[in-house]
Amino acid sequence: MSDAFALRYPRAEALARFLGLLAFALAVFAAVLLLFGKNPLRAYVDVFASTLGTAYGWSETIVKMIPLMLTALAVAIPGRIWLINVGGEGQLFIGALAATGAALYLAFLPGWLLPVVMAGAGALGGGLWAAASGFLHARGWVSETISTLLMNYVAVLLVSFVVFGPWKDPEGVNYPQTAEFVPAAILPTLGTTRIHLGLVFALAALVLWALVMRRTRWGLEVRAIGGNAEAARRTGIPIGRYVVVLMFIGGGLAGLAGMAEVSAIQGRLRPSLSPGYGYSGFLIAWMARGHPAGIVAASFGLAVITAGGDILQMTQAIPGSVVNILMAVMLFVVLGRQGARR
Amino acid sequence: MAALVRSLLSGAVLSGTPLLYATLAELISERAGVVNLGLEGVMLVGAVSGFIAAFHTGSASVAIVVAALAGGVFNMVFAYLVLARRANQLATGLALMFCGVGLSALMGVRYVGSQITGLPEHDPLVYGAVPLAGLIWWVLRSTRWGLTVRAVGENPVAAFAAGRDPHVLQYQALFVAGLLGGIAGAHLSLGVARTWSEWMTAGRGFIAVALVIFARWHPLRAVGGALLFGGAISLQLSMQARGVPISPFILDMLPYLLSLAVLAVGRGAHRHAAPGSLGRVFQGTP
Repeated sequence: MSDAFALRYPRAEALARFLGLLAFALAVFAAVLLLFGKNPLRAYVDVFASTLGTAYGWSETIVKMIPLMLTALAVAIPGRIWLINVGGEGQLFIGALAATGAALYLAFLPGWLLPVVMAGAGALGGGLWAAASGFLHARGWVSETISTLLMNYVAVLLVSFVVFGPWKDPEGVNYPQTAEFVPAAILPTLGTTRIHLGLVFALAALVLWALVMRRTRWGLEVRAIGGNAEAARRTGIPIGRYVVVLMFIGGGLAGLAGMAEVSAIQGRLRPSLSPGYGYSGFLIAWMARGHPAGIVAASFGLAVITAGGDILQMTQAIPGSVVNILMAVMLFVVLGRQGARR
Repeated sequence: MAALVRSLLSGAVLSGTPLLYATLAELISERAGVVNLGLEGVMLVGAVSGFIAAFHTGSASVAIVVAALAGGVFNMVFAYLVLARRANQLATGLALMFCGVGLSALMGVRYVGSQITGLPEHDPLVYGAVPLAGLIWWVLRSTRWGLTVRAVGENPVAAFAAGRDPHVLQYQALFVAGLLGGIAGAHLSLGVARTWSEWMTAGRGFIAVALVIFARWHPLRAVGGALLFGGAISLQLSMQARGVPISPFILDMLPYLLSLAVLAVGRGAHRHAAPGSLGRVFQGTP
């Protein structure tokens, strides 16, 4: 019965599953809030009214989707061959750091060239940061899961080091931040909103990834490794090289997210540049099971939750990181279902 | 000079103690065949529960028991998902970490900045850590339960054929791991920091996972590893206190870089020491 339904209406079934998951996670989170004496209804009204109730709220949700889609791809692309990249956060920070370096030291470049160089620096920085983990894994030295996790801490500390030390804004009194970027280093935005050119980066990366996987020989080989690594190795596909390259591409996209954040949102480098976009991207990639359209949908959901965390902190005196519970419960449900179906 | 060495050593022991409890927790879990990256979250839940208990009762022993039980119960969420629902262990562990970060923040929001007396100067958790490593070594080596847990971690199908239920043993091992993870967190909030702050474990749960590999899954070698890392943390703190002209942020990187370095240098050497079915969960006989 349910199989026939799945055959005839695969989309309807997927949608029903998604809504069921969402309802369950929201109910569990409401129960947790209730347990700690908070009013869950008011919390949800605050979250949804502020994000989806106004045009401004919508635009801010889209602003948050941009880094989320990129960091989700940073997990999904290496994930295609079962690599677990938990380093999106660190790769985003290194991308931001490299792009900031370009913005500060190459500020004399013409206005059209500077953002291009910054994007290149950001992608290269994040990419190399991730490729290092890929290399350690390909050599069989360190699991990429552990090394990407540990390198997150190093990346965040590196950013703190430069903004408290060598790159500190001399006019910034005591704030840990770099000097403001020159106008040429700021990505263009849409109208009066904060939606910026990064949206095009993210959507282009999603489409390109889907096309490359389906239409090219390279994508076929990646799919072969993902299907059966041992068989792929025996047909002569150099797996180690794919490990490093896919980590590089993933890290590069996370680095691009970092570049877009410092350029379009912050206008300078600050240690508070990300509210955990890299970790949320991990959740999105697993919820969407690496599927591009799923990444867009899940990024939207997580953007609402992330923006909601800020709101809850302001209106209800609940720590912003509490939304991590909601994210975790959603991930628990998804992972439990995927495992049981295997 | 002698004073410097003494302060460094005592600092190494103090900072190494929570790492040792956490490493032993991960070690028991991995010896039973389950990788738990959620230890970071378990530690946080233990740290905040212990702190709240100490704040209200003023008793360090009650606080430690509460922290251990909170860690054990919280780790059962992970156990249910990876054992009964066969969820991916690495991803579920990370989800548990997120959950622990959020839950501990919510539980501790009213206690940020509160003062407690914490553990006494002759800290029972410090004195107990090394004997506990010896005890775990003995349990895994010589008792029926320990041998069965190891058998399940090496080859659950064979253990099943010999009449054991792999899942029951893995639930038990994960509960014990949760208890130890909770104690590790409690030592951070009650013994080292004596305050509660959000995400105060700062990645120590992940360092413990690296330390298990470094110790090649052996409880006694874990003592040396934890002491080495405690030394790195203590060196960094004492250099900061002495005003050595190196940025504190660079010094803070030391434990993470050291973890990566010891893993990379250990290379393949540790691979043969790993439990045979680490990361794969028994799915019943075909």
